[in-house]
Amino acid sequence: MKPKIVVGHLYPDYLNIYADRGNIAVLERRAAWRGIGFDYRTIGLGEEANPDEHDLYYVGGGQDREQALVAPDLATKGESLREAVAGGAAFLAVCGGYQLLGRFYRGRSGAELPGIGLLPQHTVAGERRMIGDVLLECELEPGHRRTLAGFENHAGRTYLDEGAEPLGRVVAGFGNNGEDGVEGSRFGSALGTYLHGPLLPRNPWLADWLIGKALARRLGEPPDLEPLPDDFESSAQRVSAERARARGGRF
Amino acid sequence: MRLQLEIAVARAAGRLSRLAGRGGGTTLPGKILAALDPRALRTLAQRLPRGSALVSATNGKTTTAAIVAEILGGRVRLAHNRAGANLVSGVASALLAAPDAELGLFEVDEGAFPDVVGRIRPHAVCLGNLFRDQLDRYGELELVAERWRSALAELDAGATAIVNVDDPLLADIARGRANLLRFGLDDPTAARERLPHAADSKYCRSCGAPYTYRAAYVGHLGDYACPGCGEERPPLDVAARSIVLSGLESAAFDLVTPQGTRRVSLPLPGLYNVYNAVAAASLALVLGASLDDVEAGLARFRAAFGRFERIPSGDKAVLLLLIKNPAGANEVVRTLVADGGPRVAVVALNDNIADGRDVSWIWDVDFEPLAEGLERLVVTGGRAHELALRFKYGGVPPERIEVVADLERALDRGLELTPRGAELVVLPTYTAMLALRRIAVARGLARPYWEEAA
Repeated sequence: MKPKIVVGHLYPDYLNIYADRGNIAVLERRAAWRGIGFDYRTIGLGEEANPDEHDLYYVGGGQDREQALVAPDLATKGESLREAVAGGAAFLAVCGGYQLLGRFYRGRSGAELPGIGLLPQHTVAGERRMIGDVLLECELEPGHRRTLAGFENHAGRTYLDEGAEPLGRVVAGFGNNGEDGVEGSRFGSALGTYLHGPLLPRNPWLADWLIGKALARRLGEPPDLEPLPDDFESSAQRVSAERARARGGRF
Repeated sequence: MRLQLEIAVARAAGRLSRLAGRGGGTTLPGKILAALDPRALRTLAQRLPRGSALVSATNGKTTTAAIVAEILGGRVRLAHNRAGANLVSGVASALLAAPDAELGLFEVDEGAFPDVVGRIRPHAVCLGNLFRDQLDRYGELELVAERWRSALAELDAGATAIVNVDDPLLADIARGRANLLRFGLDDPTAARERLPHAADSKYCRSCGAPYTYRAAYVGHLGDYACPGCGEERPPLDVAARSIVLSGLESAAFDLVTPQGTRRVSLPLPGLYNVYNAVAAASLALVLGASLDDVEAGLARFRAAFGRFERIPSGDKAVLLLLIKNPAGANEVVRTLVADGGPRVAVVALNDNIADGRDVSWIWDVDFEPLAEGLERLVVTGGRAHELALRFKYGGVPPERIEVVADLERALDRGLELTPRGAELVVLPTYTAMLALRRIAVARGLARPYWEEAA
């Protein structure tokens, strides 16, 4: 029987500002090219997130207004989403969605918007936006060093909890806060990052990592994903990495 | 006396810039003048006997201002930044270049609009739309809108705001203003079936509920109403009705105005150009044009450089269609597909500051309808590979995609793939469009844009 993964996309109508559908398209095609079924479901305002249902979650970024509209609803789903990740579900959260998965977001006025505490971090609003190309070095699996190239555009500064694992080390660009040299956050198979571009088209290895984790949850064992021809992808990553090295943000 | 000297220095710099082949001298004189005397722009603008009008929007400002200029014809001497230099320096340069102008007609960058309003004190402002665009440069739409709201509040009491109220964001910032002319489209038969993916401002400005659309025309522009609190599109003072789009060639519609109704035709394609025409007609009427002037000006109009510009090349032609953000690119795609869609196309993506360094917007464009009919796609520009990925994941088999990073070679490859007598569709971002035009100019096929404009 053909294997499949069930994907839950949180608030696609609200959080979609940085071409988040590009990430979904890459996951879907790369699954399809390998004969893996891709059961795409949206999870909107007022809809339940059943922790047994999805193998992979995605949440994107939005403008402040849209983020404020979804934050209270996300809070009601916090327990289910934490349970799903504890049960092995993969998660990719980008930009605004990344912030909402942390413990809280403190605005410029000092008021705190509670997050769902799925990722061990918090965010504080900053004065200057951190905008530019970014290059990261990651080691999600021991001994497998990979790079991620993307674009960041955020005013919030995110700080990881003591001992928490980042997504990667910043080679060029600002990263979480422009200070501590790391970017993103990882907890089990859940990843949060400021990188868009969108992230997955030019970094297909990460798409495959997420598909692998999702399949492992579904099948109970890590799958063997066949490699795909990634010529355009590799070239796009190289150009994007060059941009980050040449003009990535720094204070 | 001092200002005269400063003006002379700045003008000389513009001539030098042209002689040195550095471009059209469309921004340098203004930059020098601003450096010499920050108040000079105000002084120059105050000399215009008929004052100034500003046009701003995410999409269509160059075309809208150019249509207004055509409608006003030779009867009003204009200071007009028609080459698209739309920051403070470009406005200042246009003023310097037209010492005997009666009226200032300026397209203004969305981000620079409040600053220019403060300096020029315009008699009329025409606001066309706000779409997501270059978030790395402008920031979020809401922020741009709030700055516009403040700028409108600062306008002189007698100044008229001409506002596209089909855009809920613009209707909101203009609400309650006394001197207000509201324009939009009023033809549900021309509407899309649903909002495009990249629609912005979908949620009620007052209560946050999603708007329902009686008609969605371009992006989030349309006839909307909020099921939550009842807020809806305001009534229109100027409207287009009974719209007929004729492929890649033209559009015709009933222009309904307080002065009466006229059937008008426009030698430009697409619903987005109907918006530009209605905006331009509204502004021209406020500036004193008659309906006869409007009708004749629309009929005479030719596309602004790079925006639906045809450039002959031997027994073939190049059709240049600027793309710069999802809303604009979606309309270009929609217009091409309505005409049958090209079998060969060149798409060019640069990531210079004027294009936006963040190229993620190409994933928000609905390229798929175009992709279906493509037998061969040439992608080019500094970020050609990103385009290759966009189309690959959009369903175009990779073997149909050719990456030719160099623009000139890509253009030649596209022409090679184009049959005799046919037209090659080229969709470039802003700096790629300027570079392609330079190539056409070097080959003697087109004139430089600042001459084209003169």
